[in-house]
Amino acid sequence: MNPEIAIEMRDITKTFGNVVANNKVCLDVFRGEILALLGENGSGKTTLMNMLSGIYYPDSGHIYIGGQEVSIRSPKDAIELGIGMVHQHFKLVDNLTAAENIILGLKGEGRLNRKKVAEEVLEISRKYGFDLNPNKKIYDMSVSEKQTVEIIKVLYRGANILILDEPTAVLTVQEAEKLFDILRAMKQDGKAIIIITHKMNEVLSLSDRVTVLRKGETVGTVVTKEASVTSLTEMMVGRAVTLNIERPEPIDPDPRLIVNKISCINKDGVKVLDDVSFIAYSGEILGIAGISGSGQKELLEGIAGLVPLSADSSITYYPEGPDKPVELVGKRPLDIRKLGVALSFVPEDRLGMGLVGSMDLADNMMLRSYKDARFFTDRKGPRQLAESVVRQLEVVTPNITTPVSRLSGGNVQKVLVGREIALAPKVLMTAYAVRGLDINTSYTIYSLLNEQKKNGVAVIYVGEDLDVLLQLCDRILVLCAGRVSGILDARTATREEIGLRMMGAKEDEGHE
Amino acid sequence: MNNTRHEPSEPFLRIAKRGEMVTWKTWAIRIAAILLALLTGAILLLLLGHNPVAVYLDMVTGSVATKTSRVATMKIFIPLLGAALAIAPAFKMRFWNIGAEGQILVGAIAATYFALFQYQNLPRPLLLFVMFLAAAVAGGIWALIPAFFKARFDTNETLFTLMLNYVAVGIVKYLRMGPWRSPASAGFPKISMIDQSARLPLVFGVNIGWILVLVLAVLMYVYIRHTKQGYEISVVGESVQTAKYAGMNVGQIIVRTVFFSGAIAGIVGFLIVSGSAFTLSDNTSGGYGFTAITVAWLAKLNPMVMILITAFLAILTKGANTIQTNFKIPASASSVLIGLILFFMLGCEFFINYRLIFRKGKKREVAHL
Repeated sequence: MNPEIAIEMRDITKTFGNVVANNKVCLDVFRGEILALLGENGSGKTTLMNMLSGIYYPDSGHIYIGGQEVSIRSPKDAIELGIGMVHQHFKLVDNLTAAENIILGLKGEGRLNRKKVAEEVLEISRKYGFDLNPNKKIYDMSVSEKQTVEIIKVLYRGANILILDEPTAVLTVQEAEKLFDILRAMKQDGKAIIIITHKMNEVLSLSDRVTVLRKGETVGTVVTKEASVTSLTEMMVGRAVTLNIERPEPIDPDPRLIVNKISCINKDGVKVLDDVSFIAYSGEILGIAGISGSGQKELLEGIAGLVPLSADSSITYYPEGPDKPVELVGKRPLDIRKLGVALSFVPEDRLGMGLVGSMDLADNMMLRSYKDARFFTDRKGPRQLAESVVRQLEVVTPNITTPVSRLSGGNVQKVLVGREIALAPKVLMTAYAVRGLDINTSYTIYSLLNEQKKNGVAVIYVGEDLDVLLQLCDRILVLCAGRVSGILDARTATREEIGLRMMGAKEDEGHE
Repeated sequence: MNNTRHEPSEPFLRIAKRGEMVTWKTWAIRIAAILLALLTGAILLLLLGHNPVAVYLDMVTGSVATKTSRVATMKIFIPLLGAALAIAPAFKMRFWNIGAEGQILVGAIAATYFALFQYQNLPRPLLLFVMFLAAAVAGGIWALIPAFFKARFDTNETLFTLMLNYVAVGIVKYLRMGPWRSPASAGFPKISMIDQSARLPLVFGVNIGWILVLVLAVLMYVYIRHTKQGYEISVVGESVQTAKYAGMNVGQIIVRTVFFSGAIAGIVGFLIVSGSAFTLSDNTSGGYGFTAITVAWLAKLNPMVMILITAFLAILTKGANTIQTNFKIPASASSVLIGLILFFMLGCEFFINYRLIFRKGKKREVAHL
């Protein structure tokens, strides 16, 4: 048997500014095959797939469809070539029915024949075993039904190459099983399927081959039958890289924040934090590792009082000295501040949450201090603070009256971190503090965090680069699907160990 | 070889965001826009058989040359500036209050109540003060209804405030035909003129409202730029996420700001009833609540600039009335003139924010050979 090649990508390179997202990546998929694309966060999987679906255009490299070189300039080109992508975030119009969403944007006859479309949709559903009512409105649908609409949408457009970006992230186990049956039926039908996933068991049970990416490069492709969780994890996380990040020993660590059994249910009804417990000590950096969306965001925002936690959760703050401990659950950010809890937070979304893009540096400094004014704002203090942050952290900006949205990513982050450190925190939480920053700025941030640590601050560092986590932090808490799958000593832990726990392949029982 | 199906081609025209522009350049563009508008208007006037220069001159003299014309212009200026100031804080917060019309009417109703039925019981200064206060509270409460639903259930404030305008008109109609109908009006149902004591005193021939709105403009400027609450409004307008992160009570800020916005609109209602109309009718709000949106945008929500824009628009409106009588130009044509000028003024902001890039002569290199 000589399977027909569906897609071949050769030496694909894509850069964003000075970040290389894909570096000479190669990948091929055959008809009648399911290929799993595996890799850590930021390893370039979605970027690669977006180049197939016409959202990005590669800087260099070749793409062959059915043996013929093509250039995919837009999603329309991709559809014409039979490529269909189901994105992680659905792109559906809530007020329209399934059938209407499916034909949306297609050129058709002047008059819309709803009955004919519905029949065609049912035809596709029958063929692969979907269960969908074409006349149901999207807003009445469950997440799984919406996904079905997305998949039928690309099939209706004649796609024979399907790309699914983490399709099971939003599904229950039963729904995922059903989806896999459908994908297998499509495979039988000769379609080529690429599935991006982090879940090892899915990779092993569903795919024929696995291509692993790491830091934008192809590590290799293996036949699934010959692979194991351990071998794949090793490929994914790779060998440790020495970064020479300074790591002072913690001095007199005291429990500063005791987090006890916190749980959180988001607005879609999904349990995003499940019984999370840990202690953050003064004078140490506690790293938090996990695949993106494992509950990191909710954990930090829960501590900051921005998302509601379940009633039996408890977060106790132990101030220095003789003051009484303070319970944080059920309090709003302002209440927490009024209780004298010195909590600083560098959120993931810098311009959407930590700063106001259209305001200048001084006004952004005021975000944390304006409450202290009586009626009129005091701009003198914030202005001085802005000047000192610019001086000390070497922020590149024309002046302090420049809107922060005009600064580069690294400088935006310096402004944000500088402001949060200026609050003289006792607990400092940072989410992806060095994401998108160049090496120099990243090291500036690491030394700022180390400085805080030496001052006795309890630092919580949510990160995605395992090397950084292992070399900057004192302990690493690993989150997997909202649960703590281990708290490790960063001085002795290995990348494989963390990788396995992130994947849920290994878990401690009854930690701390 | 290259796949010819997907020939790369740069679009003929692209639109790109501009960086910061020098101030004098932005003003040059704005002035050019007004000149272009006047030129386009001149074509219209020529087609109607008039001398455009004479008409334009008459527009200006007709609105500022004589004392009567100046008073008439000020009668437009006062409520228009007031209404623009009213929507400024709401718009700054990205709360699209297009219900100033209704808030003006409700304020006018409250003021009229005291003017019609309580004027004998109160000394003049107190009466005016009570009218002022009642109008502010009524306008504020009227605006609170959509604000509450926005803060609580995240309803669409644009539709909500718009619909409430019609409710307010309905209430005035009811009062006019029913309980407040003037016994003196034989045929057409209308509300009586208010008593002399309920009318605003004149300063330099114009009702004292002009001082009030100018003071209000300064206060609003300071409020938005230099107070804690103004800062909160700006942050909520930019990003609700950031506001929550900073510990702001977003719901409370929305309710407070919109009450404030409605209250000022209510005061405008009082100024119209007590300063120029001296009665209440369906037309009391006179479209000022809508024109104010144009003023607010043109002024980029800066209260100081609003004074200039309002003066300009008031002169235009009064001038348009003058040329109707002097040149027998139909009312619709002079509306077209005003529309043209506004269109060009608002449209030129596009060229200040964006630049157009035309396709270069030669084709881009094909990426893969």
